[in-house]
Amino acid sequence: MISDLSPQTRRDLLTMIGRAGGGLAMYQAMTALGHAAETQFSGPPALSGARAGASVLVLGAGLAGMLAAYELTKAGYKVQVLEYQDRPGGRNYSVRGGDKIVEVGGATQNVAYQPGNYLNPGPWRIPHHHRTLLHYCKAFGVELEPFIQLNHNAMVHRKDAFGGKPQRYKELAVDFTGHVSELLGKSLNAGALDSAVSKEDKEKLIAALREWGALDGDLKFTSNLGVSSRRGYDRAPGGGVNGAPTPSKINGLSDVLSSHVWTQMSFYFNYVMQTTMFQPKGGMDMIGKGFYKQIAKLVRLNTKVTGIKQDDKGVAATWTDTVTGKTGVATADYMVCTLPATILAQMDMQVSDAKKAAIKAIPYSGQVKIGLEMKSRFWEEKYSIYGGHSFTDQAIGLISYPNYDFFKDKPAVLLGAFANGAGGYMLAGMTPEKRIEAALAQGSVFHPEEYRREFMNGASVAWSRMPWILGCCGMWTEESREAHYQNFVSMDGRIVLAGEHASYYGCWMEGALLSSLDAITRLHKRALAA
Amino acid sequence: MGLASNAYAQAPARAAASAGDAAFGARMLGEASGEQIFTRVCAACHMQDAKGAEGAGRYPALAGNAKLAIGAYPAMVVVKGLNGMPPIGAMLTDQQVADVVNYVRSHFGNKFKGAVKAEEVKAIR
Repeated sequence: MISDLSPQTRRDLLTMIGRAGGGLAMYQAMTALGHAAETQFSGPPALSGARAGASVLVLGAGLAGMLAAYELTKAGYKVQVLEYQDRPGGRNYSVRGGDKIVEVGGATQNVAYQPGNYLNPGPWRIPHHHRTLLHYCKAFGVELEPFIQLNHNAMVHRKDAFGGKPQRYKELAVDFTGHVSELLGKSLNAGALDSAVSKEDKEKLIAALREWGALDGDLKFTSNLGVSSRRGYDRAPGGGVNGAPTPSKINGLSDVLSSHVWTQMSFYFNYVMQTTMFQPKGGMDMIGKGFYKQIAKLVRLNTKVTGIKQDDKGVAATWTDTVTGKTGVATADYMVCTLPATILAQMDMQVSDAKKAAIKAIPYSGQVKIGLEMKSRFWEEKYSIYGGHSFTDQAIGLISYPNYDFFKDKPAVLLGAFANGAGGYMLAGMTPEKRIEAALAQGSVFHPEEYRREFMNGASVAWSRMPWILGCCGMWTEESREAHYQNFVSMDGRIVLAGEHASYYGCWMEGALLSSLDAITRLHKRALAA
Repeated sequence: MGLASNAYAQAPARAAASAGDAAFGARMLGEASGEQIFTRVCAACHMQDAKGAEGAGRYPALAGNAKLAIGAYPAMVVVKGLNGMPPIGAMLTDQQVADVVNYVRSHFGNKFKGAVKAEEVKAIR
């Protein structure tokens, strides 16, 4: 190829550039060709040369705050971080045995999971293109392992489909694709689409439908061994005398439609939901701990910020120690404020009216996650389900199977709910005991014999009840972005806001980090220009 | 972000009051009464006794809250949202918004006069 001076395809061209100019040239060329523009991350910021003695106060020790503290310290700033909780990490959080979960209103759970088991109540999966997060995980030695996202053998349940009996995803997805292909093929052959499709494309489409939909020679979707090689068999292939498989029976179109399986199929099409995905070994909070190791000495925990002021000389945050009751004022030249909008909206804060209006324009979602510890991994042993999600239209939304300790003979924590919207509110309003009961009752549809029998204990995190945030994630609409987003992220005097809520990757750790990098880059530029 | 109810996304970067939300909510809440909507939705933050709660910030009490005196105000908050509170009304019918507002205004020690009507809610949307 390298001797060929006229590359025929973009791939050939890239191969040549890669050999001639090395990785960087390759990356630049790919970006120019629109191939690698999957992230706005272009490497850690090369901030340097802060003015002598210049200082920054960071509010919040979640990922955005800790990244700001880390990079600004490297740039030469004197940094202090104030954190409300008794731990760093914010929503980057894992719950383990021995932990205590205390909600507003006082409900308290003492988590009883076995050692090594955990629930990730907040973030739990990392897309392969979230390069900022992956970069810092690598830099801080946070070990990642695969997160099983799409599992064809997991299930789909809908109360009014199949008499409420859950079905395997692969069966529904194959049947949906098959029936749709057959119908489209019929339409094409009947000439119904002749005005929309050229003769040549029509032939290609029919060939495509036959292959994509596993249709037979007559363009029909039927129960046969070819279809079974996708959706599974009645009797699976074996060896020797009785090795011949027998086909499974396909579901009728109406039944398949009643399952709404396209909802799951299109879910996996989402850019942020595509495989490969990752999780940190040992729990999501390994990332927060990785960051904290770098900047721990800068952080004051148990510190509730009660007011934020600024003038032409600097910034000040009044605070109260939530353990001792001691009060104080932290001052600096500049501020990076990563507190959630739910909290900022109620705080006495000296910023422009436009920024105040922007802060008040962001409602928060209220997800609920429930981790159920089970005596055995029955979903693996009996159902051949290894990781992935079984979806339901009940309040719990889904159950999800753990992606670590496969095949082990010991208790495991199953995600028994990831509720959102109405389901989230419903579960959040319950006592922790009632949430567990609801999760067991609803999750039992998937594994009726084992679910209650194997259950040991459970813990729930209802984000609207978490005292330090009062919600899960900031929710923007097109209208609110148009009206308020730029006002929200703008540098206001000496204060800049950062966090997932100040990004277009809302609710993702990547958004928190990209927002933080953008905020500190602007802050640094301003500080140097002052 | 694609998936209608988006109950599944870690990152539901979805619209606060999307059509998917409304459909999902309607399915969850069905024919729920004012009391049931309070229990299943409002109590997630305002607590089952409507007394609110406090952490780094606070959820205002609805019990004994003078801002509920004029029914149109809580109806507007339910429909439009306020600060961190999402526009819950997106997943409720006009009648359900009226029902839950009227329920809260006449329970938890509240004895505010005059019931909000579905037509008034419709006008607020």
